[in-house]
Amino acid sequence: MTAQTSQDIIIAGVGGQGILTICAIIGGAALNHGLHVKQSEVHGMAVRGGAVVSHLRLSSGSIASDLIPLGAAHIILSMEPMEALRYLPYARRDAVLVTNRNPVRTVAAYPDEKLIEARLKEWPHHVLLDAEKMARQAGTVRAVNSVILGAASAFLMIPEADMRSYLERFFERKGRDVVDKNLAAFDMGRVMAK
Amino acid sequence: MKTNLWLGDEAIAQAAIDAGISGVFAYPGTPSTEITEYIQQSAEAQERGIRARWSCNEKTAMEAALGMSFAGKRAVVCMKHVGLNVASDAFINSAITGANGGLVVVAADDPSMHSSQNEQDSRFYGSFAQIPFFEPSSQQEAYDIVLAAFDVSERHGVPILVRLTTRMAHSRADVVRRVDRPREQKPVKFPSDSRRFVLLPAIARRNYAELLGKTRNFEEESEHSAFNVLEEGGDHSVGIIACGIAANYVREVYGSKIPHPMFRLVQYPLPRRRLAKLMQACKAVIVFEDGYPLVEELLRGVGGAPCAVKGRLDGTLPRAGELDPHNVARALGLVSQPAVEAPPEIVPRPPMLCPGCPHANMFDYLREAIAGSPGARVFSDIGCYTLGALPPYEAINSCVDMGASITMAKGAAEAGVHPAIAVIGDSTFTHSGITGLLDVVEDRTAVTVIISDNLTTGMTGGQNSPATGRLEQICAGLGVEPTHLHIIEPLPSNHQSNVALLKRELEYKGPSVIISRRPCIQTGKRSG
Ligand SMILES: Cc1ncc(C[n+]2csc(CCOP(=O)(O)OP(=O)(O)O)c2C)c(N)n1
Ligand code: SF4
Repeated sequence: MTAQTSQDIIIAGVGGQGILTICAIIGGAALNHGLHVKQSEVHGMAVRGGAVVSHLRLSSGSIASDLIPLGAAHIILSMEPMEALRYLPYARRDAVLVTNRNPVRTVAAYPDEKLIEARLKEWPHHVLLDAEKMARQAGTVRAVNSVILGAASAFLMIPEADMRSYLERFFERKGRDVVDKNLAAFDMGRVMAK
Repeated sequence: MKTNLWLGDEAIAQAAIDAGISGVFAYPGTPSTEITEYIQQSAEAQERGIRARWSCNEKTAMEAALGMSFAGKRAVVCMKHVGLNVASDAFINSAITGANGGLVVVAADDPSMHSSQNEQDSRFYGSFAQIPFFEPSSQQEAYDIVLAAFDVSERHGVPILVRLTTRMAHSRADVVRRVDRPREQKPVKFPSDSRRFVLLPAIARRNYAELLGKTRNFEEESEHSAFNVLEEGGDHSVGIIACGIAANYVREVYGSKIPHPMFRLVQYPLPRRRLAKLMQACKAVIVFEDGYPLVEELLRGVGGAPCAVKGRLDGTLPRAGELDPHNVARALGLVSQPAVEAPPEIVPRPPMLCPGCPHANMFDYLREAIAGSPGARVFSDIGCYTLGALPPYEAINSCVDMGASITMAKGAAEAGVHPAIAVIGDSTFTHSGITGLLDVVEDRTAVTVIISDNLTTGMTGGQNSPATGRLEQICAGLGVEPTHLHIIEPLPSNHQSNVALLKRELEYKGPSVIISRRPCIQTGKRSG
């Protein structure tokens, strides 16, 4: 891969899944690493269980738009399989698609899960994770976001060490145990993505 | 200097603190809520004793801020766009009284209606009040403008309006704070003219003449404003006029170099001379603005503009909805399309009530209670319970503006609708339901009011609700008869008795109030 000077990342999921936490950790780590950051978030009505998306843009130079243009995202990061597909129009053809494969079925007619999974696997460069199971193995189901972050870190322009140390800082207030479980979840996600 | 990854809202909040405000006055509303929340949580603001509690509604907020300005101190007022409708009486008249201490009003618009019932454009309120207003094009500029706006307000003696959109309010970018610590707050200092704020016709006429006299200065300032920037470009077949964040989309779609001249419009009233000069130099201009085509319409006039004017009115851009890199690229004749489409299996995922939400039980009772009354209509209001419009509940017939449930039910009852039912949340009730209920009591109208009291302002993230602990006293005080004032607990186990009670009250041909009370489960989680 050629050295990129910028990365556009779509972060998707369902309101309440902690999309903003993922953004805050990648964005914070990027800023510490000396990158410019723009990050468009969703607050308000959709957060009540609706489809939620953040546009996160990292660059060594200045960034113009808060929103990622269609067909421009390098990474699609999703907490939910159908939500990963919803934002494919934002993806470049060579984008990496990293998603949790545990569906949130709280819609009237959730599509056939096998079909969704097949669609995800059609994408040339995909990483599908059973993030819930992995988080439980890491010690807490609440570390799902850290699994996804770990998997994403394999593709981010931010060094792994910076990501880990920012993750550590982010969870510091909650005690050593929480930090360790999240780091373990992060490492498991990263291994799966390699 | 340290850079911060701030939301537009947060940049504005910090700038207001840094400008030496003594108070923020606000009622929550997406996408403006985070401004006030930032100040509430700021250690610096707390140390300085900056008042920051939520107001009952936008009008009370605006008036309190005007009172603080009267006393010579700096104040900021924050609201979503429709909040400015509620505050508009105070807002428009504050331009006539003028400001003493610096007064800045921040209105956050929601083009594309992500969380709102319309996409009205607050810049019209700026023109309406005939005061200077700003629309920042970046988070850094939002900070810089608000930091400067209090000085502008004091220099001209008028309030200043800052208009944001959802994208600006809810996007983070690196922002540099311009001062090390907040400026000192102002001491109490009354207006030098003791009659300024007494808008008797004779005084109001004089004040208004003064305001009209100042508009020349406002225009001159816009002409020379460092925020209004012309970026040269060689290709004059088209000139670009980009309002607020639109400039970023133009920059995005061209990459490094924009071939056309681009005027970045941030400060209003319109800098007419500079825009006319651009129009004379170009064959056509395209106006990129979020919201309504305010600038475009002005530049078109009634024809006879120095060059062709394109934008939302001629189909160059969609007439409604927010700007984005896609529609901006298309308007400039550039290619923009997705590499792939989303697969067809995907279904929409609208927001919904949280599992276990107390409103859900209330709707269950209500649906059952009116099942045998085809003439029943439910007038609802704005809050999480508006989601009762969607399946599986489909339980409401209206949602218009805050407080409209009780008053619309009243008018419908007076037209012969029975049962006429109002469903309103606790925060919306204190925002603007109380006066409506007084109308109902006064006229003894046959309206059943259900106050779905979750003890918080749920929709906007769980701010405190001033009704908490005094709702039944308020209703009793308004004159609701004790025999028709009930409190129920919306739990599945109380289903039958609650449905029976509702049915009884629906038959009653006078005002009745049922308070359905159980805490929002999200608020419980947060404090737990
Ligand atoms: C004039 C106006 N101000 C603010 C809002 C934003 N807003 C929508 S719902 C809501 C809160 C409603 O709270 P409540 O009535 O207690 O219902 P809950 O969401 O808690 O169910 C607010 C502040 C609005 N739509 N209109
Ligand atoms: S936030 Fe509270 S009031 Fe709103 S839907 Fe969820 S539980 Fe109900």
